[in-house]
Amino acid sequence: MRVIVIGAGEVGSSVAGSLADEHEVVVVDVDGDRIDALTYELDVLAIEGDGAAIETLREAGLEASDLLIAVTDDDETNIVSCGTAKTLADVTTIARVRSTKYLNTWNNAEGALGVDAMVGTNLLTARKIASMIGLPAARDVDTFAEGTIQMADFELAADSPVAGQTVAQADRFDDLTFAAILCPDEDGTCEEIVIPRGETTLTAGDEVVVIGTDEAVTAFSHAVAPDDDYHDVLVVGGSSVGYQTAKLLEERGIRPKLIDHDPERARYLSEALSGTTVLEADATDRDFLKRENIDAVDVVVTTLESDEGNLLAGLLAKRLGADRAIAVVEDRSYVDLFETVGIDVAVQPREVAAEEITRFTREQHAENVAIIGSDQAEVIEIEIDSESVFDGRPIREVAADLPDGVVVGAITRDGKYIRPRGETIVETGDHVVVFAEAAGLDETLAKL
Amino acid sequence: MNGYVRVDWRASLSLTGRVLLYLAVPLSIPLVTAVIYGEGWIPFLVTIGVTTLAGFALSQLDDDHDLGAREGFLMVAATWLAVALVGTIPYLLADHGTASTLSWPNVPNALFESMSGFTTTGATVMGQIGVEHHSHALLLWRQLTQWLGGMGIVVLAVAILPELSVGGAQLMDAEAPGPGIEKLTPRIAETARVLWIAYFAFTVLEIFLLYGLQLTGLAQEMTLFNAISHGLTTLPTGGFSPEAYSIQAFSAAVQWVIIPFMVVAGTNFALFWGLVRGEPLSLLEDEEFRFYTGVMATLTAVLTVVLFVGPSLPGTTGLAGIEESLRHGLFQVVSIVTTTGYASFDFNNWTTTAQYLLLFGMFLGGSAGSTGGAIKMVRWLVIAKSIKRELFTTVHPEAVSPVRLGGRALDESAVRGIHTFTLLYIALFFLGVVVLMLDAGRVGMELQVLDGLSAIAATIGNVGPGFGVVGPMESYLPFPWTSKLWMVFLMWIGRLEIFPVLVLLTRAYWRS
Repeated sequence: MRVIVIGAGEVGSSVAGSLADEHEVVVVDVDGDRIDALTYELDVLAIEGDGAAIETLREAGLEASDLLIAVTDDDETNIVSCGTAKTLADVTTIARVRSTKYLNTWNNAEGALGVDAMVGTNLLTARKIASMIGLPAARDVDTFAEGTIQMADFELAADSPVAGQTVAQADRFDDLTFAAILCPDEDGTCEEIVIPRGETTLTAGDEVVVIGTDEAVTAFSHAVAPDDDYHDVLVVGGSSVGYQTAKLLEERGIRPKLIDHDPERARYLSEALSGTTVLEADATDRDFLKRENIDAVDVVVTTLESDEGNLLAGLLAKRLGADRAIAVVEDRSYVDLFETVGIDVAVQPREVAAEEITRFTREQHAENVAIIGSDQAEVIEIEIDSESVFDGRPIREVAADLPDGVVVGAITRDGKYIRPRGETIVETGDHVVVFAEAAGLDETLAKL
Repeated sequence: MNGYVRVDWRASLSLTGRVLLYLAVPLSIPLVTAVIYGEGWIPFLVTIGVTTLAGFALSQLDDDHDLGAREGFLMVAATWLAVALVGTIPYLLADHGTASTLSWPNVPNALFESMSGFTTTGATVMGQIGVEHHSHALLLWRQLTQWLGGMGIVVLAVAILPELSVGGAQLMDAEAPGPGIEKLTPRIAETARVLWIAYFAFTVLEIFLLYGLQLTGLAQEMTLFNAISHGLTTLPTGGFSPEAYSIQAFSAAVQWVIIPFMVVAGTNFALFWGLVRGEPLSLLEDEEFRFYTGVMATLTAVLTVVLFVGPSLPGTTGLAGIEESLRHGLFQVVSIVTTTGYASFDFNNWTTTAQYLLLFGMFLGGSAGSTGGAIKMVRWLVIAKSIKRELFTTVHPEAVSPVRLGGRALDESAVRGIHTFTLLYIALFFLGVVVLMLDAGRVGMELQVLDGLSAIAATIGNVGPGFGVVGPMESYLPFPWTSKLWMVFLMWIGRLEIFPVLVLLTRAYWRS
């Protein structure tokens, strides 16, 4: 299909890049330099112009397009672009917004604002953080099959009981599949993806991707890091993400503490969050942190407006005794750096948004997508129909038809988990969660 | 190689190898022609063998085609050199035992002819041309090299090789004439295909019309072989002809038919995409196109008057004389400005006034994104506008006035790039003349000023013929082999618009 992407920033480039192989992509941005760069970087048509302007949309060939994705850094531009596009042509529109205000409006009125799908970055980021807190030691978590299946990505610390064991030894959980092991090289980027066999040894420093039921993944998480259990959570920064995170934690029965230095904001947050202890203070005030028993905090989440502030607050909290630090990082190039100097997990709102958008744009009946590493692999949830290679066949047989680097991680039938074994026969209507390396991804998607 | 090299030359050369492999396909056309005419087909079989082997060997260097901008330059420059070298082989092997006056086992000559072909220059070292002296197959190959080089070998590769889809924009930018490229469609391969299809369609249309003239009795000389041959060299603004007397060999009707096709060849092919998409005004709305046609019209008017009143065309009187002056004036202006290089008349016999008018035309070139050579109209247009701006800011020192093209303000870096290119081109032209004069003097060859100037202007601008020694009915044969190799280099660097080749000669390119 033909896709128009408005905004050539990090999200736009990432979305355009992942769509360019399969579809005709037109990217629109007001910044001529970005457009020039993109013309040579990706096989897309890059146009300089304002995506909310009718002329630009016409030039981009809106009438012939099937999908418009507005992902600039400006909520209003994104919404207006979608609205404008809707008046001109019959396209499906996706808008990325930060503010939950628009998200609420949209959620409460079907198809409002001319947006067919709204991706709220702040809320998604908060969800990501909340699921991380639920799984100690996980670097990345995604849920599938309406929450019954989880995929998690663990980095094995040297003192982890699992490090040094073979997969067969570590696999003490019924409802869990080891999908892949990512072996990082020195600078922390993934060098190769190993599809684990029973005799594969897990070494410290490896990243392990597992897929399974909630309970099994949580149990495995405890096996990886036995003494981690998060009850005491400190959120630094009462931004929209901080607020949403605290709210999600409240729903889980965790009573977080939330620090914000702005008196008015703190007042507002304390009124809105009944189960949260809101503190009006500066998160870099050591005395205050000691008074508040920072050394007893299991995890500190920093959601300030600036990446640098998040880094400082996170490192300081860890230095004073907090166990883990999760930081929100806007700038992609900082992620490795942050994780090297001591932040345990850096969560990128832009990546979260790109994942969500990619999920929407999958032509197939993919229900859900998680991107592993820097686009090296994906975990995809598919609802099986009669066209699929899986239909009515045992997994062992199907595996021969699929490219290398594909692992069936989990199956749900009528909302219930089914353990994927070689002889398991897949039926129409089942939801299958599959890990697939980027190289064979298109082929896999076509066959499922 | 040492560890300092920062260019992934293996990736570049392996892609060059892929192009060489595919070169076997067009090479089979003269092979079949030779069989049809009962001529020697062995040379082409040998060439196919060589290009297949060389292509296979090079493509084994690397299987990962991840090209950066640096690798793109090397790939494009190397491809053109490699293709020209392969194209040399038929000239070396063909025509044994025919009445050729060329001592053909002469590598620089053959290389000159091949490079002149692929770069669509049209300068020849064949002392005698025609089917009486050479096989049909060889002459057709000579025409075909120009057709392949016209829209661009690399653009063709991007159109058909899927692995070039991402690096393709870089490659086309390095090869395509004019500053920058225009993507017409989201996929670069599709853009390349659109350009080639338009090019192919115009070629076929011209062949059809030319042969139609013969069928209707308006052109006795226009055999099917001739129609195909000239169709293959008009659209690429090439200028080779299997006829010794170029287009002078044909009737006035043929000359009138060829003129519009030369104009099309010098037009930005992206504009035809607008026509296809139902925007009929896109041609007229394009500032460069208006400038290009305007300049040619002005030059034609001047030249027509010069021809009519002067002694250039004997017996030009009355209405017939006006038609003749206009026809040759228009034909020659269009032919030289678009860098085609056909001759409808031996303009060596024209007055020097007329000749210097044409020499001026050699520097103009076609439009950006056309198949023409030389400096290109859009650059002259921007230079004219920036000179106008300088004058304006002399009067209004505080004025902020961007250079506009088609209503859009250009980046200052783009304007600077155009200035730099044009200066470099002219500097290279003078350097070329000096080297040529020194080399001719070395062997005691008498070379007139105008002849030397025109030889270099015609090779670096991919025009073809010049004046005097290198006139339209003469050849480049008398030059020493060293000069020929110098001009081979100039044709190569001229076709790729200098930078992709020049950058390879810098230290910075090979070191980080």
